[in-house]
Amino acid sequence: MDKTGIHPGGEHAHVHTDAHGEHHEELGFWRKYVFSLDHKVIGIQYAITGLLFLLFGFTLMMIMRWQLAYPGKPIPLIGLWLGQDRAPMGIMLPEFYNQLGAMHGTIMVFLGVVPLAVGGFGNFVMPLQIGAPDMAFPKLNMMSYWVYFCGGVTMLASFFPKGGAAQSGWTSYPPLAVISPGQTLWLVGMIFLITSSLLGSINFIVTIVQLRAKGLSYMRLPFFVWAQFVTSFLLLLAFPPLEAAGILQLMDRVAGTSFFMPSGLVVSGKPLMIAGQGNPLLWQHLFWFLAHPEVYVLILPAMGIVAEIIANNTRKPLWGYKALVYSVTFLGFMSFIVWAHHMFMTGMGTTMSAFFQTTTMIISIPSVVILTALLLSLWGASIRFTTPMLFALAFLPMFGIGGLTGLPLGLAPSDIHLHDTYYVIGHFHYVVAPGTIFALFAGIYYWFPKATGRKMNEVLGKIHFWGSLICINGVFFPMFLQGLGGMNRRMYDGGAQYAHNAPLLKYNIAIGFAAWGLALFQLPFIYNFFSSIKWGALVDRNPWEGTTLEWSAPSPPGHGNFLTEPIVYRGPYEYSVPGHPRDFVPQFEPEKA
Amino acid sequence: MNIPYTVEERPDTGLANGKLGIWLFLASEVMLFGALFSTYIILRVGAPEWPHGELNVWLGMANTFILIGSSVTMVMAWASLKLNDWGKHRLYLILTFVLAGVFLVNKYFEYADHVRRGELPSHSTFLAIYYTLTGLHGIHIIGGMIVMAYFMGPGARMWKTNRDQFTNRIEYTGLYWHFVDLVWIFLFPVLYLL
Repeated sequence: MDKTGIHPGGEHAHVHTDAHGEHHEELGFWRKYVFSLDHKVIGIQYAITGLLFLLFGFTLMMIMRWQLAYPGKPIPLIGLWLGQDRAPMGIMLPEFYNQLGAMHGTIMVFLGVVPLAVGGFGNFVMPLQIGAPDMAFPKLNMMSYWVYFCGGVTMLASFFPKGGAAQSGWTSYPPLAVISPGQTLWLVGMIFLITSSLLGSINFIVTIVQLRAKGLSYMRLPFFVWAQFVTSFLLLLAFPPLEAAGILQLMDRVAGTSFFMPSGLVVSGKPLMIAGQGNPLLWQHLFWFLAHPEVYVLILPAMGIVAEIIANNTRKPLWGYKALVYSVTFLGFMSFIVWAHHMFMTGMGTTMSAFFQTTTMIISIPSVVILTALLLSLWGASIRFTTPMLFALAFLPMFGIGGLTGLPLGLAPSDIHLHDTYYVIGHFHYVVAPGTIFALFAGIYYWFPKATGRKMNEVLGKIHFWGSLICINGVFFPMFLQGLGGMNRRMYDGGAQYAHNAPLLKYNIAIGFAAWGLALFQLPFIYNFFSSIKWGALVDRNPWEGTTLEWSAPSPPGHGNFLTEPIVYRGPYEYSVPGHPRDFVPQFEPEKA
Repeated sequence: MNIPYTVEERPDTGLANGKLGIWLFLASEVMLFGALFSTYIILRVGAPEWPHGELNVWLGMANTFILIGSSVTMVMAWASLKLNDWGKHRLYLILTFVLAGVFLVNKYFEYADHVRRGELPSHSTFLAIYYTLTGLHGIHIIGGMIVMAYFMGPGARMWKTNRDQFTNRIEYTGLYWHFVDLVWIFLFPVLYLL
């Protein structure tokens, strides 16, 4: 690509032949760190922005947990700063609770986990693992980050106008979403985020298809790359219907149309003056057509990270690499035809329910295959219990709990009892929080040396791991008990208004303490992250003795990544090959005669 | 640093990066318009009655032929580059741009006529989906015109420095343009005739 402006006289600077030319080029601060075209810088930008949003979303949740544990008591520390129309005298208003709930979900999913898992890890690791000098479209890559950034700013700004942020949940069901304040900015923000994902996913797919190094056939791709590949297709094809739905809801709010507004609506005793004839279920279909594949967008990169780390730390090939690849592909296809299992209670009819519960049971098969293959990979291994490995190991049972508790929700008869209770919250948080987020932590500890040239501190890492593991289970496990007891979600008093919840309220206090504890145990991570950039132990190219291509590049890699053109000679996980002097044979090492 | 396969094709995939990129983009566009067409179907099936004959079929038909014509001139603009005929390329690209402009002017008269009669999007579900679908299509037309304007203006310099890449870029613009044309070919019968 023509990169005038960055490489004056760029035709000479072919990285494979003239690596030193790269390092002599002086880029200004802005082009190097802010408006960079380098996939690694963009990946780190995504990752840090995503981590900050995760922290922010977690803070919103801690404010909510205070209200749930002690309804009507003034919020300590920050209560008085929140303002009269959010928390007068520090006591939370129900409207503000709803805003926190909606924004917690939106921020965690669209601004935290996906940007970190796909934008961050995908951008940083994937081109390195396939031996590419950069992404296929570097300018588009920079643009996706900045469009995402604008979407994030829009979402944050939406707290401040009168009426506050969106308050209809991250699912934004109409008619409520159409008539409540704050939703317009949410929709504008979503359109930014969707556009960013589309640009990013096109870039990812083209990069994987076109820029694989010599010898790197599809069946030699590291599993992480496969996971990113399937994820990109999900983002590419599932997000546009939500964009369409967002445009329609925006029309409903701004132009007064009635796409999602049925006739005869009465709000606060007054009939709504609208044309009517709309269909509120239509939103749910369009929304979940995105949002179920989105669940796999959240989990697949996590599985990819865990697979890399397990192979590296068991010093064994992954068990059933081909089965993993076929499963993840099948999972990708199936994820497009399970969406209405979120809608069993909408009265869409038993035929529809029967179809979607069947597909839901089918999609659990590849998930189980993947989890089983990862579990069997541990069999007979002499495991290195490094911090990334601990997080990766914890992912297996945590994701297992999250997945298995999903089965009763996927069957319409049991879902009738469990729908809209804390059981659902517990279920999907086990998948995403101790599942995906633990995998993301694993990835940070694992690839930190590649990004900075230094290792993170192991002792602090282990404190972070054990503290987080215990506390996060303290947060989410009691929710199963509450949900099975019939406690509904989304109630700003924590369910105290219903008599049947009385024996379950004590868990709200316990969950609260677990949540503050979880926050405390993130401090070692934050300190470790920043101090290791400066004082971490220096490492060479391959500190973990890994086999995949990213470990052949310098740590940190320069612009253009590789000093010599990488060539791939074998599959991705050739660990402990019999007859070899070392216990790993990298993909990039030629066979000795 | 050079990114491989920006101009030449990768032997085992037979594609240059940009061509795969534009096809993927079009796939996502199919999903976008697919969702909106599904919305149209669901709203129409659920409606007790659906208005007929509210739109000016002749204007719509004229616009259909204008867009089909612009697709032809777009192909010619690309083919002229392949034949190394820069003058013809300029002519056909300008012609495509002008046809797109004429389409929008027609569309403006249609919208203005509805607005004068008080038929805003909030008036009925039919008008709501009509404005949304044609409006979004119109934005795609404007997007295409911006890209063409770029290749008529500052983007044209690339012809001097890298002929193959410029030709490819015009080809990708053409693929997008045919898609926008195709969407209209679906929109016209669905909104104006059925």
